[in-house]
Amino acid sequence: MKRFFAQCYIWLLLIVLYAPIFFIAVFSFTESKVLGNWTGFSTKLYSNLFTGNMQGTGSLMHAIENTLIIALIAATVSTILGTVAAIGIHNMRGRGKQAINFLNNIPMLNPDIITGVSLFLLFVFLHISQGYVTVVLAHITFCTPYVVLSVLPKLTQMNPNIYEAALDLGATPFQALRKVLIPMLKPGMISGFILAFTMSLDDFAVTFFTRGTIGLDTLSTYIYTDARKGGLTPELRPMITLMFVGILILLIIINLRKIRNSKTAVE
Amino acid sequence: MKGNDKIIEFRNITKGFGDKCVLNDISFYVKKGEFLTLLGPSGCGKTTLLRLLAGFGNTDKGEILINGVNITDVPPHERPVNTVFQRYALFPHLDVYENIAFGLKLQKVPTDEIDKKVRKVLKMVSMTDYEDRDVESLSGGQQQRVAIARAIVNQPKVLLLDEPLAALDLKMRKDMQIELKEMHKKLGITFIYVTHDQEEALTLSDTIVVMNEGKIQQIGTPTDIYNEPQNSFVADFIGESNILNGKMVKDRLVEFVGHEFDCVDEGFGEDVDVDVVVRPEDIYIMNRTEGAQLTAKVKSCTFKGVHYEMFVDTDKGYELMIQDYNAFEPESEVGLIIRPADIQVMKKERIVNTFEGEIVDESHVKFLEETFECKPQDKFAAGEKVKVEVKFSKVELIDHPEEGMLSGEVHFLLYKGDHYHLTVETDDGDYIWVDTNDIWDKGDLVGINIAPKDIKILKHDE
Repeated sequence: MKRFFAQCYIWLLLIVLYAPIFFIAVFSFTESKVLGNWTGFSTKLYSNLFTGNMQGTGSLMHAIENTLIIALIAATVSTILGTVAAIGIHNMRGRGKQAINFLNNIPMLNPDIITGVSLFLLFVFLHISQGYVTVVLAHITFCTPYVVLSVLPKLTQMNPNIYEAALDLGATPFQALRKVLIPMLKPGMISGFILAFTMSLDDFAVTFFTRGTIGLDTLSTYIYTDARKGGLTPELRPMITLMFVGILILLIIINLRKIRNSKTAVE
Repeated sequence: MKGNDKIIEFRNITKGFGDKCVLNDISFYVKKGEFLTLLGPSGCGKTTLLRLLAGFGNTDKGEILINGVNITDVPPHERPVNTVFQRYALFPHLDVYENIAFGLKLQKVPTDEIDKKVRKVLKMVSMTDYEDRDVESLSGGQQQRVAIARAIVNQPKVLLLDEPLAALDLKMRKDMQIELKEMHKKLGITFIYVTHDQEEALTLSDTIVVMNEGKIQQIGTPTDIYNEPQNSFVADFIGESNILNGKMVKDRLVEFVGHEFDCVDEGFGEDVDVDVVVRPEDIYIMNRTEGAQLTAKVKSCTFKGVHYEMFVDTDKGYELMIQDYNAFEPESEVGLIIRPADIQVMKKERIVNTFEGEIVDESHVKFLEETFECKPQDKFAAGEKVKVEVKFSKVELIDHPEEGMLSGEVHFLLYKGDHYHLTVETDDGDYIWVDTNDIWDKGDLVGINIAPKDIKILKHDE
C-alpha cells in the first residue's frame, strides 16, 4: 500500500512536470491559431516552419542564428577563461582559495535579473553602446563560473605529481599545460562547455537587459516579444517540440556514454 | 677525495612551510655513481629535500650544486635529473610507449631513435609487449616499471626516487629492490632514493643519510649506520636495539644495567653520562650462570622465523631484548655475555632540559611562555634573563592536558631498559624531555607540571 502511494506520487510529479511540454507537442500537430483548440491532425505547422511560409520567418531565423552564435562564442570564451581560472584557484592555498571559491559561487546563485540589471547599469556607466558585444560579454560573465565549477573537481582528482612529472621530463610549464594538463582536464572542460552553452541558450533576463535598443533578438527575447504581440505564433509550437526532442536525444546519448565509460573503467 | 667526484652538493639548505621549519641547515654531498638513500620517519624532511633537488619549491636559504654548478634557481625542466614519483604519476591519457617517449619527444629526438631507446628501456624493466597498453590497466608493479623506464630513458645524470616501492606488496617490493640494485649497477648513474623503510635502505644503499626533524642525524654506509649509530634516534630507528643509560667510568670501561663492561670506546672522559646501544642479536644467552657477566630471568619467548625473540629481566631490574637461534623457556634463569666490540657508546644529546627564562619576581620564573612558581631566591632581579634547568625525571605528565601548567603531545618515545624517555612537544612547538615509568603512547595529549623545587635557575651564560 505504501509502495502504491509512493508510485502514485512519482507519477503525479512527472505528469505535472511534463504536461506543459506534452501539451505543446500534441498541439503542434494541428493548424489552429489558438493554443488549446484542436482542429484536426495536420503537419502543416512543421512544413511551414521549414519552408518559411509563415509570418515573421526572417526575424525568427535571425533570432535562432543569433542565439546559436552568441552561445557558441560565450561557451568557447568562458571555457578558456574558466579553465585557466580553475587551475589558478587549484594552486592557491588557504584563505584566498576559499574566498575565490565563494566569489565564484555568488554569480551562479544570484538571480538572473540582478545580474542583468547590474550589467546593464555597468554598461551604461561605462558608456558602452549596447548590442551584440554587450550580450556576448554578459553571457561570458555568467557562464564562466559554471566552467570553473566543472573543471575544479578534475584538478582535485588529479595526482598532483603528474604536472610535476611533465616538468621533470623536460617540458616547459606551457608544454606541460598543453600536453598533460589540458588533455587530462578535457572531460571537465567539455561538460563545462556544454553547461555554458545551454546556460547561454536559454538565458532571457540578462540578454533582455543588455541587448540595447538596436533590435537584437535571441530566441527567448523573440518568443517573449511575439507572445506579447497577441498570442504565440503557431509555428513556435513545432519548434519548441523539436528542440525538446533534440535535447532529449542528446541527454540519452550522454547518459549512455557515461554508463559505457563507467563499465570500461570497472573492467 | 677529489672535488670532481661530487655530483651533487647541498650547502646549508634551510626550508620552512609557514612557521614550521622542515629542513634545518642541511649540508652534504653525493658522490658520482653512488646509491644514496635519504632515510627517516614521515615528516622528517626527506621528500622535501628531494623535491628541492628536482626543482619543485624554493629553498629559503642555501644552495644546491650539480657538477659544481649552482642550480638553485634553475627551473625543473632544465635540471639534469629525472624523478620516479611515489604514486608513479604516469600520464593516464597516454599509453605505455607514449609515456616513456614523452621526454624524448620534447627533446626532438628523431622518431627511429626514440623507438630504439624506448624498446631498450622496456626490455630493461621487463615490460616488452606492453607498449600499446593503457597505463591505467597495469598493476601497481607494472606502473612502477613504466615510471622508472620513463625516467631512465632520458639518461639523466641523477635519478631521484621518492618512495617508489611504498605502494607495492611485500613480495613485489623485494623483487623490485633486487631489480633496482641491478639497474643501478648497469646504468652507472647516481641514484638518490627516499624511503622510511630502514630495511630497504640497508639493502639498497651505498650511503645512507638518516634524517629526523629536518636535520641530518648520521651519514654513513649501511654497516656504519647499523653497527655504530651516533645517537639514540638512529639506534632506535635502524633495526631493533636495546638503548640504555650508561656511564663511562673511564676509557674502555662502561657501566650500564648496574654492571661494568669492557668496551672499545675511548675519549669520553671519566664518569660521563652516555647512551649505550646493544643490538639484541649481540647478547649471548646461555643456560648456565657461571662465567656470565650478568644473570637474568626470561620473561617471554617468541618465535620469529629465523630466530627467537626474548625479553629478559636482569638481576638489577632492567629489561633487555635478546635474539637467538635457541629458545629459552620463560621463567628460566640465564646468563648473559656482551662482547666489548658489540657495545656502542654514544654521547648523550642532552642530560637535562634547558630553557631560556626570565625572572618575574623572587618566587616566579617565566619560560616556555608560561610563568612557573619556583623556590624563593634573591640571586636574580625581576626581568633578568636566566637559564632554567629541569631534570628529565622531575617533569610530571598527567592525563588531562587542561590540568597541567603546559599541555603537549607525546612526540617520540624510547624504552631505556627500566624507564621510558619521552620527547613531548608543547602546544607552542617547544620540546621537553621526560623520564617516566608510566606507559604513554605516541600522540597522547598530556598535561605538563613541574614542581617549584625542581626548577633550577642558573645564570644566563652558565
